[in-house]
Amino acid sequence: MAQIASITLVHTDEARPIIEAIMADNPGVRVMNMPGAVKLDCDGTITVKRASVEERIGRSWDPQEIQLVLVSMAGNLDEDDDHFTLSWRH
Amino acid sequence: MSGTKKLGLRQRYEYLTRGLDWETSYQPMDKVFPYDSFEGIKIKDWSAWEDPFRLTMDSYWKFQAEKERKLYAVIDAFAQNNGQTGISDGRYANVLKLFLTGISPEEYQAHRGFAFAGRHLRGAGTRVAAQMQSIDELRHLQTQVHTISHYNKYFDGIGEFPHMHDRVWYLSVPKSFFDDARSAGPFEFMIAIGFAFEYLLTNLLFVPFMSGAAYNGDMSTVTFGFSAQSDESRHMTLGIEVIKFLLEQHPDNLPIVQKWVDKWFWRGHRLLGLVAMMMDYMLPKKVMSWKEAWDIYFVEAGGALFQDLGRYGLKMPKYADIATAEAEHISHQNWAVFYQYTHAAAFHTWMPDAEHLDWLSEKYPNTFDKYYRPRWEMWAKMEKEGKRFYNNALPQLCQTCQIPMAYTEPGNPTEICFRSTQYKGDTYHFCSDGCKDIFCDEPEKFSQAWLPVHQIFQGNCGGATVPDVLRWYNMNVGADNMDYVGSPDEKLWNEWHAEKLRQAS
Repeated sequence: MAQIASITLVHTDEARPIIEAIMADNPGVRVMNMPGAVKLDCDGTITVKRASVEERIGRSWDPQEIQLVLVSMAGNLDEDDDHFTLSWRH
Repeated sequence: MSGTKKLGLRQRYEYLTRGLDWETSYQPMDKVFPYDSFEGIKIKDWSAWEDPFRLTMDSYWKFQAEKERKLYAVIDAFAQNNGQTGISDGRYANVLKLFLTGISPEEYQAHRGFAFAGRHLRGAGTRVAAQMQSIDELRHLQTQVHTISHYNKYFDGIGEFPHMHDRVWYLSVPKSFFDDARSAGPFEFMIAIGFAFEYLLTNLLFVPFMSGAAYNGDMSTVTFGFSAQSDESRHMTLGIEVIKFLLEQHPDNLPIVQKWVDKWFWRGHRLLGLVAMMMDYMLPKKVMSWKEAWDIYFVEAGGALFQDLGRYGLKMPKYADIATAEAEHISHQNWAVFYQYTHAAAFHTWMPDAEHLDWLSEKYPNTFDKYYRPRWEMWAKMEKEGKRFYNNALPQLCQTCQIPMAYTEPGNPTEICFRSTQYKGDTYHFCSDGCKDIFCDEPEKFSQAWLPVHQIFQGNCGGATVPDVLRWYNMNVGADNMDYVGSPDEKLWNEWHAEKLRQAS
């Protein structure tokens, strides 16, 4: 069975650029829309890149800010100043 | 240009969790941390602990304050705009009653439990993460009470929630779950709540349920739900990190951890049967069925997780296959219990209407038409004939999960499942092999369980009759309990609705 790495975000104006960045940076991402929330799934690994989010919102963005819109996730987390990544790969 | 460069995330976290910690010298470390060895867990190197969020205190307060500001803006707006009149149906409020009486007090227990773990685990990184979670859990209780207090102005069954939590029969199910975790050692607590509850199962509680609140027009609940859930991502991470840490530290930890995972998975599965019922029966507008949520959040997400943890030798929890098979039954069997005992419950029940029955048939093609639809149709018919069915006998309870013995044999949904065992000359009864195994591993603990039905029969719950017991529960009889149809809640809802139509015409 493929191990699915996943991020669920609230569906708000604040989260939308992050959702767009995830969709642009993770080929093959699958989107599940629920009332109020969006679940984004990828096989193996899924990442949010600081630079991609900043490009969309036009200001500097700290990956820790994702905590304000994060609902759930699956995978081992690796976070630093430039990305927020969930992965089942080692 | 300034000469000082801002520290990176990794460095800031390093300073907090390494630089601020020290080896005690006035007292030996074993006396300062007296609870982190008796469970048999072996830790060689506490500094190997790493919180992947690398959250420092300054960031923690900044983000939490921001979350609170956003949440309270919504709660205020909801109240100012009489949001309660805009929910999908008056029945929806019963979801909040069950949530506030059954779940919110456990947020407080989680707060206490993580405060204990945050004091008594030896590693500084672990302590910091547990302390943050402790504060989060207190915030969750507070925001839930604040949000639902608005509904308390209009709907019954809400105002006595802490009193009811300690006394009412079905609320002993979540209460005993957390009492069990909190009376365990700190490592078992971390596996029980941090891993089994937060990582494996919390998505099933919050994600579809809060999405359900959104779908049913409950703007304030969806906001506290998602605000809490944003903390849960951190809690889930703590849960998965603790299990990896324990398994990496020493091979002797594996059998202990596996036993806890088996135990707490099964206990969590039983507890979440209440959520299953909320999703399939109590949300007027439905987002997904319990079975669908189970497949996404346990079969798929849990499967990926245990595939990953397999490298440490950890296996899927025992009876996971049975729990997955039960996902086609559990919500129906629980709703049947509450329907029969509606006179003793602090929320309203009802038989599903035709549209709802069809939805259940569609979502449960293997089980609903065969085993449950005929029963619902019969009970609806009895209602029409003025013979609404109440069960007036007190049910036998499972000694471990404390749920009435209403679940069926694996593979045979027409036969009630009973298990029993002997301990010190007494017979103890169980709803499943999972609950029996848990008892047999810790009989001294579970033989002391406060079982509501036993306590009623022993005369410890206000008296010998149902009205005596309901009085002891602080139940407002005729308002808090019984069917939605004919309740003051329904009357109020219909008045609101009529008023809206009158003003529109």
